[in-house]
Amino acid sequence: MTDHHDPVSDAVSAVATADAARERRNFLKRGAAGLAAAAAAATTARAADPIGGDFPEWSTKIGTPLRGYGQPSRFEAPVQRYVQKAFGDLAPGTGGARAPIERLEGVITPNGLHFDRSHNGAPDIDPAKHQLLIHGLVKKPLSFSIADLLRYPMVSRMHFIECSGNSGLNLAPQPPQLPAGVMHGLVSCADWTGIPLALLLDEAGVEPAGKWLLAEGADSAAMSRSIPLGKCYDDAIVALYQNGERLRPEQGYPVRLLLPGWEGNMNVKWLRRLKVTAGPTHTKDETSRYTDPQPDGRARQFTFEMGAKSVILRPSSTMSMQGAGLYEISGIAWSGGGRIARVEISTDSGATWKDAVLQGQAMPKSLVRFRLPWEWNGQATALQSRATDEKGNTQPSRAAFRAEFAPDIRFHNNSIVSWAVNADGSVKNVYL
Amino acid sequence: MFTSKRMVIAMAATALLAACAAPTLAPAPTKSPNLGRLATAQEIAAADISIPPDGSGLPAGGGDVRQGAAVYAGKCVSCHGEKGVGKPADALAGGIGSLATATPLRTVGSYWPYATTLFDYVRRAMPIQSPKSLTNDEIYAVTAYLLNLNGIVAENAVMNAQSLPQVKMPNRDGFIDYSRR
Repeated sequence: MTDHHDPVSDAVSAVATADAARERRNFLKRGAAGLAAAAAAATTARAADPIGGDFPEWSTKIGTPLRGYGQPSRFEAPVQRYVQKAFGDLAPGTGGARAPIERLEGVITPNGLHFDRSHNGAPDIDPAKHQLLIHGLVKKPLSFSIADLLRYPMVSRMHFIECSGNSGLNLAPQPPQLPAGVMHGLVSCADWTGIPLALLLDEAGVEPAGKWLLAEGADSAAMSRSIPLGKCYDDAIVALYQNGERLRPEQGYPVRLLLPGWEGNMNVKWLRRLKVTAGPTHTKDETSRYTDPQPDGRARQFTFEMGAKSVILRPSSTMSMQGAGLYEISGIAWSGGGRIARVEISTDSGATWKDAVLQGQAMPKSLVRFRLPWEWNGQATALQSRATDEKGNTQPSRAAFRAEFAPDIRFHNNSIVSWAVNADGSVKNVYL
Repeated sequence: MFTSKRMVIAMAATALLAACAAPTLAPAPTKSPNLGRLATAQEIAAADISIPPDGSGLPAGGGDVRQGAAVYAGKCVSCHGEKGVGKPADALAGGIGSLATATPLRTVGSYWPYATTLFDYVRRAMPIQSPKSLTNDEIYAVTAYLLNLNGIVAENAVMNAQSLPQVKMPNRDGFIDYSRR
């Protein structure tokens, strides 16, 4: 693939280089007898000269000094999130920075590349001045400092977070020709560590009338959402750490809510307040925003769980193939319903399907990496992937998803993604 | 006997494999160090800004449509346009009756189910360059103005803690609760 940062093209180049080296070795063997004397002379000559001339510059001088916090290679600088400001410089913190998923491997999203959807920028919170308040229908309203929270027993869990607006771009009338991350990069996965929310709620003592929880952030938007208490007692985490280090500001430093498998907007960042209530508060984001309108004019509200989903990342839209031959199809799958049970891949525009290999152990509500070797014959075709979770939830076709909702549906699009591979090697986004 | 022993071993091996294939998560801790400090009524009152549909927690004060028009002209129009038509930010008025058509327009008037949400959201998040800067009177007033723009309240309407929860939004019954599905 022509993008020189693209791992597939790098792999292809590496194979070509290895072939050339093997050819050179064979040539040397064939000429070995005649060249024996010359080789002996060369060996003698080398003993007198320093070897540095045969090495690249970085092998002959002191490298970067030891430093407190490591950074990616400067050659990886182009690997950036795709920043989309909904209202430009009018509100520079409003919008999304999408993860460049097509340039990443494995399942863990590096902290600096984890997608960020914020409603008015990331606040610069001094943890010494931040409190988490739990109140409402509780026996004892409690306030926790961050220092207090850091002393609590914790759990560590691998979970994805996906904005329910992810893949909304693929609902446009014409398929956008954009990198996969621009369209599907509002998903990321990390090893989150924090306190089971149930532990804090039990300490406050929830009254029998308490059925919902209002969670609110300390950002300028004071983002707030209502959550049924059942989820709070099931697997909700008050998270303090992300991939081993304290949360990044863009991910809610010093403390955020994590509701595994539920739409990203509910995983309230910069968590400042939890109010136990009898019913939902009907906040702006759970009425005007993250609701799913039907064709009949009514809209589904409180559609929390993210559907089973997958996307092939290599190859994907805007990449190009380097001729016929063996390629590895690689991508990510996830489901808010639990573990991914299988990912099927079609390399013939949906006519037949093969099971991809799932890498490692599929954790519940986590990304899983899938792979499948593919011998491309150089002819035009389309690639598709279809994930199914342990409960049997799977992905609808794009057409079926479109038909179920109003024309302006923007959320929860988990329909099958299709990439056309053309005979000229170009890879395009298509609707099948 | 020999066969059954082998079967037991095979079964144990199968169980072990199954356990490996689907690792169970470590149980969450259940004992708390109980470090929470009892929150005072005063700090709760200062922090509790969310307003549910029944209006509980709405502050004292009030404002009318005319006052709201002035607040809107000063603080809102640059993003939301004349009379709430939108651009660059969301349209706030219009679209009533459009939801089941091929071109739905979702605004405060046509889509939002509760008027209390408008007060709650403006108070916590607007205007976007200086959130939490409006007085309660200004918020009640601009709420009245936006409801009037949408034809939901009369020109002489006054919004306050009593009147706001009484407002019936046109799309109040337009949502299907999926929280228990």
